[in-house]
Amino acid sequence: MSKTIMTVDDSSSIRQMVSFTLKKEGYEVIQAVDGNDALEKLKTAQVNMVITDLNMPNLDGISLIKKVRAIPSYKFIPIIMLTTESQDSKKSEGKAAGATGWIVKPFKPEQLVTVVKKVMK
Amino acid sequence: MSTPDDMHKQAFREEASELLSELENSLLELEENPENEDLIGRVFRAMHTIKGSGAMFGFDEISHFTHNVETVFDLVRSGEIPVTKDLIDLTLKARDQITTMMEAEMGGDPPDRELGEKIIAGFVALIPSNESKAQSGPAEKKPEPEKLEPRTYRVRFVPNRDIFKSGTNPVYLLDELKELGDCKVLASLKDIPVLSQFDPEACYTGWDVIITTDKDINDIKDVFIFVEDSCEVSVKVIDDPVLMESPSKYKKIGEILVERGDIKPETLQTVLEEQKPIGEMLVSKGLVTKDRVESALEEQKTVKEIRSKRQTDDSASTVRVPAERLDKLVNLVGELVIVQARLSQTSSVKNEPILSSIAEEIEHLTRELQDSTLSIRMLPIGSTFSRFKRLVRDLSAELGKDIEMTTDGADTELDKTVIDKLNDPMVHLIRNSIDHGIEPPDVRKAVGKPDKGTVHLSAAHSGANVLITIKDDGAGLNPRSIKLKAIERGLISPDADLPEKELFGLIFQAGFSTAEKVTSVSGRGVGMDVVRKCIDSLQGSIDINSKEGEGTIITLKLPLTLAIIEGLLVNIGDESYVLPLSAVEECVELSKKEVDAAHGRHIINIRGEIVPYIRLRDLFRIKGERKALEQIVIARINGERIGFVVDSVIGQHQTVIKNLGVVYRKAKGLSGATILGDGSVALILDIQQIVDMARDKEVTTVA
Repeated sequence: MSKTIMTVDDSSSIRQMVSFTLKKEGYEVIQAVDGNDALEKLKTAQVNMVITDLNMPNLDGISLIKKVRAIPSYKFIPIIMLTTESQDSKKSEGKAAGATGWIVKPFKPEQLVTVVKKVMK
Repeated sequence: MSTPDDMHKQAFREEASELLSELENSLLELEENPENEDLIGRVFRAMHTIKGSGAMFGFDEISHFTHNVETVFDLVRSGEIPVTKDLIDLTLKARDQITTMMEAEMGGDPPDRELGEKIIAGFVALIPSNESKAQSGPAEKKPEPEKLEPRTYRVRFVPNRDIFKSGTNPVYLLDELKELGDCKVLASLKDIPVLSQFDPEACYTGWDVIITTDKDINDIKDVFIFVEDSCEVSVKVIDDPVLMESPSKYKKIGEILVERGDIKPETLQTVLEEQKPIGEMLVSKGLVTKDRVESALEEQKTVKEIRSKRQTDDSASTVRVPAERLDKLVNLVGELVIVQARLSQTSSVKNEPILSSIAEEIEHLTRELQDSTLSIRMLPIGSTFSRFKRLVRDLSAELGKDIEMTTDGADTELDKTVIDKLNDPMVHLIRNSIDHGIEPPDVRKAVGKPDKGTVHLSAAHSGANVLITIKDDGAGLNPRSIKLKAIERGLISPDADLPEKELFGLIFQAGFSTAEKVTSVSGRGVGMDVVRKCIDSLQGSIDINSKEGEGTIITLKLPLTLAIIEGLLVNIGDESYVLPLSAVEECVELSKKEVDAAHGRHIINIRGEIVPYIRLRDLFRIKGERKALEQIVIARINGERIGFVVDSVIGQHQTVIKNLGVVYRKAKGLSGATILGDGSVALILDIQQIVDMARDKEVTTVA
């Protein structure tokens, strides 16, 4: 069974790049435009991993991570945050919320794949 | 055709132009409601996206330009900079500049750089000085890491109790370490509580990993990048070839005292025996847990091994010698072993103390000489393995399958002659795995397996044998179609009820092939029986294990060397024979009563199991009466237990194999001869062939 990854980002070009890259690696990809959209879609689909941006309208990435972790079936899935802030504050805030790891933008498709393979097998 | 890169670029252009027009509206609205947080957020996010996504898709200039605007709006968002008319003006100018830059990227007029710099300067001026440096541009390209000498590190990884709740699987991290180099992983279980207090969602285990790798220490630390803040991670170099161990280490005190003659070696020995190892003492005092000591011992052992290996590496210069000279040496050693056996026998008959002490010493030396001579001919099997890589690559391309070959135990050593003879059967087996075993990618996908099939080769020592396994994750063997085919070929009768294992064994029979079509690779029914013959001639055996849909494991068991084997010496009448000990499982007695009870059938009941036997006296037509109490040597041949009846079992015998003369070479049931200590000749039995002979005879008698 191929694994399903959700990409959450308000930037359509990032979503496209992430899903294109992951599909090429054989993953199923679900896109969500912000935190609320993501939560809505997580209700109906079974997702194995979430990759989320932090700065998003409506519901930002950190709050999304907290809410996803509160859902019993998503308690232990890997969640990766995309950050442009290389400052530690955002990273530790995200980690505290329950993120598994992070990718600093800008990143190359290969970096994305490396991180995905690092946290999910 | 556009590349994915072009596609992403185009997507970004479209997105950016939307964002830019939205930005204009937001800014104009913001001018009227300067306190509106929602609007500020929107402006910030637009800039954030243009910067972030721009950098992703190669619009570095735009990204760089936008960076300062974003920083200012981040400050606006946090209330540190107020929204003013000037700011709005400046931002609108910036927006126009970005638009021009975007157009320039698509072939429009180049932007006015001076204007751009002025705008940037305007924004930078707004930023308090300590923030302006927070540039997060693309990371400096790292210089190619130079190849390092392998070093050994100790990695201690004690995960946070809540590690699972961050979606991290610590085992993946250990797996990642294993990819970096040779690992020894030791778990620390001391923190695991009793079941009643056990929280199944908590991680109580910690790990010590001793890793030897040529990678940089930072590569090891990078494995833990996501968890280093929340978990205890330490990486320490424990062995570095550049900084060799300090020469300050001197002899131990006991050794010095013995050397000076102050104490006797035996005294030292007894005293030392009373002393417990330091680890044990610490454990018994409850100062440290047992697994910690074990982990430390493992570290000590690994480093010692590495150091001693390095020393031999340093001094290891090689001499190339023609193989025939080596063969001659091995032959001479063989002769010597025979002469030594004679000497031992003579000395035991003469019973002279001086002679027997010499004989014993010679025996000792011969044994050592034999071992080291044979070890000269030992080669790691790795070179053969790597040859198969090419085979797998070419074959899978030819058949349109995606197959990866993995190996382990490549440093397992085997006699050169064995390795040479092993090539063909291995090629057959691997071809079979690839051709019949592993399914095409679409079939694999349909049954939920990864597209890529795997063929795994491994080698390992097991006593005086080497086990070589060929394992694939393909379709496995289908016992039903094997049975049908075997019936069709007349190999078994239609009502035969064979256990799965014996059915699988049938594929090694001559003229057997289950593949429906013949490809250039396999399926002609030759091959598998050739494999068996070849392995038999090497005194080896084949074991086959398969699960339908999951794959097949074929295990070859081979003797380390062919020149001298461990044999079991037996007597029948006045003759001596040798059976290869590797196949022998046990020896039992056969009384006349038992023979009578079987009513002429050659079977015996051993602990409830019916075992057929062959009476070698009859087979070789040896004159003389049968003994009242005979011995049966039970051997395992192709998974079946078969007995060989002899008069008496003498015992284990170092058997130097001599080829039979030309005249006798075609004699069936014999693989060679050896010379015993008293100078007489013992024939070495080819038990596989003997069984085949007996079976053929039975078939003809029945027919």
